Amino acid sequence: MTNQVLAEFLLHVGDSQLILSHRLAEWCGHAPELELDIALANIGLDLLGQARTALSLAGEVEGLGRDEDKLAYFRTEREYRNLLLCEQPNGDFAQTLVRQWLMDHYHALLFSALTESQHAELAAFAVKSLKEVKYHQRFSTTWMERLSLGTAEAHEKTQQGLNQLWRFTEELFVLTADEKQLVDSGVIPDIENLKTQWLEKITAELARFKLSLPELGAYRSGAKQGLHTEHLGFVLAELQYMQRSYPNMNW
Amino acid sequence: MNNKNNWSLYEVFVRSKQGLSHRHVGSLRAPDEEVALQNARDVYTRRNEGISIWVVKSELITSSQPDEKAEFFEPALDKVYRHPTFYNIPSGIEHM
Repeated sequence: MTNQVLAEFLLHVGDSQLILSHRLAEWCGHAPELELDIALANIGLDLLGQARTALSLAGEVEGLGRDEDKLAYFRTEREYRNLLLCEQPNGDFAQTLVRQWLMDHYHALLFSALTESQHAELAAFAVKSLKEVKYHQRFSTTWMERLSLGTAEAHEKTQQGLNQLWRFTEELFVLTADEKQLVDSGVIPDIENLKTQWLEKITAELARFKLSLPELGAYRSGAKQGLHTEHLGFVLAELQYMQRSYPNMNW
Repeated sequence: MNNKNNWSLYEVFVRSKQGLSHRHVGSLRAPDEEVALQNARDVYTRRNEGISIWVVKSELITSSQPDEKAEFFEPALDKVYRHPTFYNIPSGIEHM
């Protein structure tokens, strides 16, 4: 039972990284500047590396003989556990940066807490990921600053991106009833507790960026039940096409 | 940002793991120093090429001119006594 819950949690973490990585890869060849193109791809590749570790570990813990590829390529939309925020379309550059900035702050807190996990492999994964995430955070914060305090148009687009995505942030900090046992045994942190720190940081930075905190109206969640927005199906169609058409092919 | 002409040209210097000094690796455009440094990190060190980066605005570099080559460099060509070729370098000396 505990193993199954842990496997689900690892899928949640790994799927979020995988889908976000795929979204960032969509910028390849389209970013506003060559240097930004490379930067976004770099971050995407970091996330892909993290996703591989998380999914491999999920497969091991689950014990059904599924490796990282099996998990990435042969699960359906309803079996994916990624955060809805990660699957949202890129929009414009500002919206992509807002999504990244929200996720980077979340990842930084999550991985900092996970470094103290009683599960040795999970703790090691967190230590390694945290280094990468700290750079992502630096990059996205730098650009949030420049966009929001730059021209009026850039400021407006950044605010719009934030308004668009804010309703997906509530579910970053949802802890399921089953996961409470992982918290009790020190395997994962109490994710609900991270929310206060996250919100403090986000609020402070938004004030610095002269952006307003959107009001939270109706929000969307469902990651941990595999209930997604309409966008994930299209991402998976592209991501899984080759393996679905030619199962187990390699090159 | 919509006006790319506002982005300055920066020269990038990277010190590799084995390297003793920073070497010029190329140039890039960026709106300010911090972004220049991050761009340099992403463009020039993503395959583990370096452990330290310098960026400097190209316009801040004073350089010799190609047409000054004669007076700048040629006088050094024919003075063999200026080169330490008459000494044996002790075997313990590295990086000469």
